[in-house]
Amino acid sequence: MKKRITIVFVLLSALSYSQIDSTLFKRTEKDSSLQLNMDAVYDRPFLSYGKFPVSLGGYAEVNWQHIGTDGVSEGHQFQMRRMTLFVASTISRKIKFLSEIEFEEGGKEIAIEFASIDVEFHPLFNLRSGIIMNPIGAFNQNHDGPKWEFTDRPVSAVQLLPATWSNAGFGLFGKTYKGDWMFGYEFYLSGGFDDEIIDNDLGKTFLPVSKDNPERFTESASGRPLTTAKLAIRNKYVGEIGLSYMGGVYNTYQDDGIILDDKRRLNVFAIDYNTTIPKINTFITGEFVWIHVEVPESYTQQYGNMQHGGFIDVVQPVLQRKMFGWEDATLNLAFRLEYVDWNVGKFDETGGNIADDLWSVMPAISFRPSQQTVFRLNYRIQRQQDFLGNVPANTAGFSFGISSYF
Amino acid sequence: MRSLILIVSTVIILILIIQSCEKFQPAAPSEDEILDGPIEGLTNAENIQFLNGDRAFSEVYTSSKGLGPLFVTNSCVSCHSGDGKGHPFSTLTRFGQSDTSGNQFLTMGGPQLQHRAIPGYEPESIPEGASFSRFTPPAVTGLGYLQYVTDADILEMADPNDMDNDGVSGVPNWMPLKDFLQPSTNAISQNGKYIHRFGKKASAYDLLDQTVGAYNQDMGITSTFSPIDTYSGLSIDPEVSDKDVRDVVFYLETLKAPIQRNKDDPEVVQGKNLFVDINCAACHKPTLTTGYSPIDKLSNKTFHPYTDLLLHDMGSNLDDGYTEGAAQTYEWRTPPLWGLGLSPTTQGGQYFLMHDGRANTIEEAILMHGGEAQSSKLLYENLAEQEKNALIKFLESL
Ligand code: HEC
Ligand code: HEC
Repeated sequence: MKKRITIVFVLLSALSYSQIDSTLFKRTEKDSSLQLNMDAVYDRPFLSYGKFPVSLGGYAEVNWQHIGTDGVSEGHQFQMRRMTLFVASTISRKIKFLSEIEFEEGGKEIAIEFASIDVEFHPLFNLRSGIIMNPIGAFNQNHDGPKWEFTDRPVSAVQLLPATWSNAGFGLFGKTYKGDWMFGYEFYLSGGFDDEIIDNDLGKTFLPVSKDNPERFTESASGRPLTTAKLAIRNKYVGEIGLSYMGGVYNTYQDDGIILDDKRRLNVFAIDYNTTIPKINTFITGEFVWIHVEVPESYTQQYGNMQHGGFIDVVQPVLQRKMFGWEDATLNLAFRLEYVDWNVGKFDETGGNIADDLWSVMPAISFRPSQQTVFRLNYRIQRQQDFLGNVPANTAGFSFGISSYF
Repeated sequence: MRSLILIVSTVIILILIIQSCEKFQPAAPSEDEILDGPIEGLTNAENIQFLNGDRAFSEVYTSSKGLGPLFVTNSCVSCHSGDGKGHPFSTLTRFGQSDTSGNQFLTMGGPQLQHRAIPGYEPESIPEGASFSRFTPPAVTGLGYLQYVTDADILEMADPNDMDNDGVSGVPNWMPLKDFLQPSTNAISQNGKYIHRFGKKASAYDLLDQTVGAYNQDMGITSTFSPIDTYSGLSIDPEVSDKDVRDVVFYLETLKAPIQRNKDDPEVVQGKNLFVDINCAACHKPTLTTGYSPIDKLSNKTFHPYTDLLLHDMGSNLDDGYTEGAAQTYEWRTPPLWGLGLSPTTQGGQYFLMHDGRANTIEEAILMHGGEAQSSKLLYENLAEQEKNALIKFLESL
């Protein structure tokens, strides 16, 4: 797998290097017309060459951070969090291919986040197949580093939901406009989760562990599809609201035709919202998710059957003008509030609250020389409680990062 | 020019932040507020083994690593969180032995109830007719010191026939050694039996015995020391390595003793004196010493655990009808009181005291004392309100 990806890239980069006349390159800026979250995969700057049908893009994220918990710190950490490459091509009229390949932590992990063929029959009726990004919440599909004012992804997006969560599958999507209104839907069937979400060495119900299962692109653990569906409505003045659902049987309840266990389901609901307040240009975005996982009664409450959490970001541009020679630079103040409860419920033994939760606030300053690039400085203050609700672990510290499309 | 100033000042601010970032981070809690951490003065090699043991103690077992199929919880740390006392969630149940003739329910899942199971399996329930007792996890700090108290010292504290007429006797739990155990260098034996000292019924010989038993009975993890799977009753491959077991034992041996707080507070001092005056100290012995230990820092040390490691008749209210080894159903080993005041930091902000966590305050715990401790309890009840508060303040300082 790794090898094949490398070959593709060597070929692609050879193609682009051999054509040195840079005047031929055209940068497609982000399309800023009325957009929905679901457009995020196409809503990216691409580099295309003349009439050549393939366009390229990508982004990188570099961080420095110094964070400590209760007097213990790992010291200065320099991280190349990820580098992502996009390749898009128009295969023929109304048939497009788009892929996103991510190299995480210096190449330790390589993942195809997205690789799908989209066929448009009608704006309201498109067929998508390949490796799709499940449209649960908004962040999962709209996760590009340079779009955010924070070096870290929201805790609820990566530790409740498994962003970036993609699976082999297919489905339909479409959208339509009317006046100031826009409506979009997505519906996919795909591979999905496995037993490890409630049997892992984190000792808690944790959907993201299924990302570590490389088999999932070829074999679904339960043999049942994971259904993901989303509806989104945007009003030009009010903003966009999305309602999404993801669910299905997650466990290997049979093997070789032999029954091993009861069928157990997982259901996830999410709501997301984003808007820009006119005149003052405050940008607000957030999502909240509720997860319900069927856990056998006789198993342990360490693996909770309910989880919820979310985040809200408020971004306020404070200076928008020529700065340091950049024509259209912006300086923002931003703030993120997040909350996650990995185990919503009460102890069978005492009726007391099961904690296993986290609160975090994160003020930030970000500077954007252009919309494609962001320098951001964050300060995190976080309190995390263990399962029993003992004295919380206090974490705080700075991180500074640069993220840019290229 | 203006932008140059801006750039320079931004860079300076960034450098300042990087330079002083430690100041913006939460401070460590003071040593006497937490239970975990090694005893002082270990060698580097010992620190490495301590850390390895700490990791193994925190390891979460999953079904692919051998958890269960029947188990109580999935890691040592889930019961001994922060190395302190546990919670009703992690309280376990033992059943099937009602006198000193042994456990009659070994073929029916005894002695320990595994009331949880990995998906696809049915957990155990208590068989009809079996008496049982519930055990709340104790703290595991300072156990190295207790392990190296000599048998001679323990026998010295025992007073089976109450020769000193204080109503307090105290007996060791004499039991035969399990196959995989070696008698310690200073062991004393009696008819082939040895003094056991760990656990609520003092039925575990040493920290290896306790650790191997915990892996097997609490988590369903077999080892070369204890290869029988609790589900099938048959031997299976080891699911934890000998090295991990040894590292955990070393970790337990070298966990520091809890540190007393507000030692010099006059009320605490008054409480400490009352503790001796009303004879609490007859069982909760304030000071013990270790004999020889292969770990240099544990040899010949004086320490303050507030236990005599002996079994006492605690009266009918604490008699659950269940027992282990040579202990009677009404007998319990004196628990150490060091770290008592820190119990809520690992019990979810509350107290769950006595063997099954039935006491929610220190005072409740005292009032539950009976049997040999009856007269001591009565003396407590007769104290003036201020004296009671002082005594409790002392106990909280431990
Ligand atoms: C299900 C909860 C649970 C788990 C898991 C557990 N323990 Fe315990 N532990 C207990 C209880 C309850 C006791 C008291 C047992 C007794 O009295 O016999 C205990 C007692 C002990 C003691 C003796 C303390 C004393 O003062 O006598 C040690 C040492 C210990 N455990 C270590 C471990 C280690 C090491 C592990 C992991 C291999 C472990 N425990 C896993 C609940 C647990
Ligand atoms: C005869 C011996 C004896 C005497 C005297 C005695 N205790 Fe205890 N104490 C015990 C035993 C044994 C237990 C454990 C009982 C159980 O677990 O059910 C215990 C438990 C406790 C506990 C709860 C500890 C825990 O970790 O759960 C406290 C607190 C305590 N004693 C304080 C006192 C005080 C204060 C006095 C004096 C008024 C006193 N004890 C006198 C034997 C004694």
